[in-house]
Amino acid sequence: MRFELVPRANVSPVMRAVAPVVAFLTAFLIAGFVIWLMGRSPLAAFEVYVTQPLSDPWALQELLVKATPLALIAIGLSYCFRANLWNIGAEGQFIMGAIFGSWLALKTHGTEAGFWVLPLMMLLGVAGGALWGLIPAFLKTRFGVNEILTSLMLVYVAQLVLDYLTRGPWRDPKGFNFPQSVTFDPAATLPPILEGSRVHWGFVFAMLAILVTAIVVGRTLFGYRLKLTGDAPRAARFAGFSARSTTLAVFAISGGLAGLAGISEVAGQIGQMQPSISPGYGFTAITVAFLGRLNPLGILVAALVVALTFIGGESAQILLKLPLDLSNAFQGILLLCVLAADALVTYRLRVVGRPMTA
Amino acid sequence: MASGTAAAQPLVELRGITKRYGELLANDRIDLAIEPGEIHALLGENGAGKSTLVKILYGVVEPSAGEIRWQGRPVTIGSPVQARALGLGMVFQHFSLFDELTVAENIAVALSEEWSLGEVRAKLADVSRAYGLTLEPDRAVWTLSAGERQRIEIVRCLLQNPKLLILDEPTSVLTPQEAEHLFTTLDKLAAEGCAILYISHKLEEVRRLCRRATVLRGGRVVGTLDPRERSAREIAALMVGTEVGEVRAASADAPGADVLRVSRLSLPPAGLHGKALVGIDLTVRAGEVVGIAGVAGNGQSELFAALSGERTSGTADAIAIAGRACGTLGIDARRRLGGAFVPEERLGHAAAPTHRLSENTLVSHHGGGDVNRSGFIVLDAARRLARSIIQSFDVRAPAGDPRAKQLSGGNLQKFVIGREMVKRPKLLVVDQPTWGVDAGAARLIRQALVDLAREGSAVLVISQDLDELFEIADRLAVIHDGHLSPLRPAAEWTREAIGLEMLGTRDAA
Amino acid sequence: MTTFEAILLTIITASTPLLIASIGELVTERSGVLNLGVEGMMVMGAVCSFAGAVTFDSTILGVLCGILAGVLMAALFALVVLGFAANQVGSGLALTIFGLGLSGLIGAPFVGARRDPVGALHIPGLSDLPMVGRVLFGQDPFVYASLVLTLAVAWYLTRTRSGLMLRSVGENHTSAHGLGLPVLKTRLLAILFGGACAGLAGGYLSLVYTRFWSPGMTAGRGWIALALVVFAAWRPGWLLAGAYLFGAATVLQLHAQAAQWGVPSQALSAVPYVATILALLLLSIRHGRAIGAPGSLGSPFVPDR
Repeated sequence: MRFELVPRANVSPVMRAVAPVVAFLTAFLIAGFVIWLMGRSPLAAFEVYVTQPLSDPWALQELLVKATPLALIAIGLSYCFRANLWNIGAEGQFIMGAIFGSWLALKTHGTEAGFWVLPLMMLLGVAGGALWGLIPAFLKTRFGVNEILTSLMLVYVAQLVLDYLTRGPWRDPKGFNFPQSVTFDPAATLPPILEGSRVHWGFVFAMLAILVTAIVVGRTLFGYRLKLTGDAPRAARFAGFSARSTTLAVFAISGGLAGLAGISEVAGQIGQMQPSISPGYGFTAITVAFLGRLNPLGILVAALVVALTFIGGESAQILLKLPLDLSNAFQGILLLCVLAADALVTYRLRVVGRPMTA
Repeated sequence: MASGTAAAQPLVELRGITKRYGELLANDRIDLAIEPGEIHALLGENGAGKSTLVKILYGVVEPSAGEIRWQGRPVTIGSPVQARALGLGMVFQHFSLFDELTVAENIAVALSEEWSLGEVRAKLADVSRAYGLTLEPDRAVWTLSAGERQRIEIVRCLLQNPKLLILDEPTSVLTPQEAEHLFTTLDKLAAEGCAILYISHKLEEVRRLCRRATVLRGGRVVGTLDPRERSAREIAALMVGTEVGEVRAASADAPGADVLRVSRLSLPPAGLHGKALVGIDLTVRAGEVVGIAGVAGNGQSELFAALSGERTSGTADAIAIAGRACGTLGIDARRRLGGAFVPEERLGHAAAPTHRLSENTLVSHHGGGDVNRSGFIVLDAARRLARSIIQSFDVRAPAGDPRAKQLSGGNLQKFVIGREMVKRPKLLVVDQPTWGVDAGAARLIRQALVDLAREGSAVLVISQDLDELFEIADRLAVIHDGHLSPLRPAAEWTREAIGLEMLGTRDAA
Repeated sequence: MTTFEAILLTIITASTPLLIASIGELVTERSGVLNLGVEGMMVMGAVCSFAGAVTFDSTILGVLCGILAGVLMAALFALVVLGFAANQVGSGLALTIFGLGLSGLIGAPFVGARRDPVGALHIPGLSDLPMVGRVLFGQDPFVYASLVLTLAVAWYLTRTRSGLMLRSVGENHTSAHGLGLPVLKTRLLAILFGGACAGLAGGYLSLVYTRFWSPGMTAGRGWIALALVVFAAWRPGWLLAGAYLFGAATVLQLHAQAAQWGVPSQALSAVPYVATILALLLLSIRHGRAIGAPGSLGSPFVPDR
């Protein structure tokens, strides 16, 4: 007996919706098994990872806070992935956006500079991320260098730049030698949406990005261009869509949105610059984008779901002494399951008994 | 010759072979028997199920039902390795060669036993001498012509002393002279006792080679006959089912002005293995069909890319459409000048396989018209457009708005050609318009091309099918190794002259 | 021992894990599969080698644990990309994310532990030769293993029938299938070999290079190994040169940091990553495209039967 993949005549819409759910449940079972292997109760872990955050209003807010960067980055990445371009350096673009935006916050620190600081910071954040994203895009379009490796290498470079700045020129002289900058002025801080809430304006940016993307991919020629480039690159060239400008555009968009996520995180959540500003949002967002099947609404749902693993991971660390790495391992397994489940959308699994009898 | 007892029983016998792909019955209870030393033809149109049947025989595809008997014994052929062990050899239509490997490596990898490259070289020399199949063992395959590649495939089989050699449309990539050379080799092999299963849709070849032919239609055997005793018309009717009419090719009355003018177009090769175009001169006038003949891989796709603007050339003057120099303009701009283009590859180039037909209209219509309102797609208009193409070009497709890959080759080809024709282009450039298309669709497409020209458009057809070009072209030229022969009225060409041009021996002759 | 000798020795130590990991990936890619999970397999190899060596107090058992971990990770990858024909780029990335997380879990109890250095070979006479003695004849066994491995792979790919089959499968899987070559089986074995090498390379890092475990200690070496394969145009000989060139860049950068030139240490730490980008760029400028890439690299294969 063996298994075979048989191409489906028509893509099954049911499987398309069911696949991510199946993937998620499979990943959950695997994670539960691992927790059981570690000698903890999978049920207690489920309680801490899922039930508690969803029943606690504070944790629910925290969920939105964590989902914000994930959704922003993932929605940007969906532009690249639709066009079958592999930007895996969103983490670096996130950091560069934060660096560009923070530069203005630190420049205007302690001055009378007013309301214009914040919008300008956001724009600088977008610009920083977009520029960092355009490097691999340019190397690809101009010289044919593989974008996967270059975009990834630039993550390490961005992390080192951030490390240098926060330990060097940007260190707060009154900060007891801690490697971090001064706390941003109120004029440079992204306010909460509602007074007293933890959810900052970055969440609004994410919702806007999702809305605009839904229109762009569903209704515009540009959206069709991405789809055609991804599904049939030769047909895209035949249609007259230059691969070069498509590549530059999607890397600028995804870099820009990652940059916006970066500066929003620093200006809305952390409030200052420090050597580490992301628990790997840029990489997790790749999982989010695929879990959401590159669909804007799907990405929103996926971002919320995956944000759970961050919050759950933090409380599990405290309550169950389960290391934070468990969340990372879970995200990896989840992505593997999501990609494998994709096969079920385009293929049918057939069990073959004995081959051919006359 | 084989021994006396073997002659009484067929070498291989297929009984009730059936292959089902989902709802499609590719092979429906096929019976077929081949004697030792016989050259047996398997005739049928594109899509009749010939390729599926030989893949089953060669162990590449598993039949859904049926039995194969080899020298009287029932056998299960689970893989090509088993097939070769039995004594089957196969020459594929789209070669199963590895471009980056050398000739000797390509042969060694297909042999079932462990042979050193040295032994392969020695054997290669023997077989080459015996059958006149010259090959250099250390050349990389990508540097070879289609004819040479086919020789590798044949030698690969001969080295295993096959009892049955299967050839799938072997002449589709050969010049008439190369084809004749192949026939001589096959005759010699058959005389030595090797059975040959010869798959083709070309009647003339089959009459030249075979005494027995099995005709397939729609996955079923519709007749077994001696092709020399029946008229071509009769066999064609059997293959196609209904009589296929001829294209009304009313000759062009005075052609109009030059719509396409190509002068001294030269382009370096695009990729590592591409062909360069060298000093191409060509004109196509309003109201005429110009044909470009040539063996595959001599610069046809490069010429198409240069004309369509998928690749731009350095000089604007090299190409002019409707009097406007456009060598440096992209495909979009050339479409706006009145150009329309249909590439060779339907799936993946002309159309996106997984996209719906309505979306696929956007590929060449997004530049203007109803489907694009200032950057937004009007899906209703795209659907209407797709429906009107489906109706006017008799595209048989699943109801609603199907995906391109759900259409048969012929119907998708009608769709992509129709998509360009509904624009009433001043110039239409088509690469291999009827490649792999069934006879009915091919006739409709050829008629549509002629009609378009008669209505005043300029039509350029690049094709490997000489019959097709003689049927519809007013003027003809031959492309060889990136060079184009002078353009002459079709009536002034003979097949022999075209064959010589295809071989590039015109200057020598 | 002179400074020059010392630098040469450290270069060899820095190059060896890159060479081992990339020779494995080279074989995987020549079979037509792009496994971006090298970093994940390597870090798992590092942690399992170290945990194994500490638990059993045996370097050899530790190394075996590392190789096994790499193979298991590779098997997971193979299940997804061969069994489910999933996207190879995404799956490789997922494997890396998974490996980085899981290695943290496994390694948590071992943070802070140290291992004794692995004994270098000592061949009386030869190892004591001036200048070249230590460098040529006094290395740890891994170094020689890595060189033998590279030679063996070069020989296997060009001189054996099985190697020829592997190249054919990577070049054109449709043709290979048509000829009856076992495409999926060949790829499975190539993926597992890549995993074993990545695991071994990880083991070298934690048992020889640093002699302790710290989370994420591979620090992008798996990715650099991937870049090296491209840089070497998929040829073992070039891979050897490339790995040592990179090892040299890493070591000189460390020496420059120690020398305190007034350049920020982060700028020097960035050297390997920037050098990777520059190497890929130079290669593309010289050859236009990635030359030597196997024809079917990265595309999933579903046999049509």
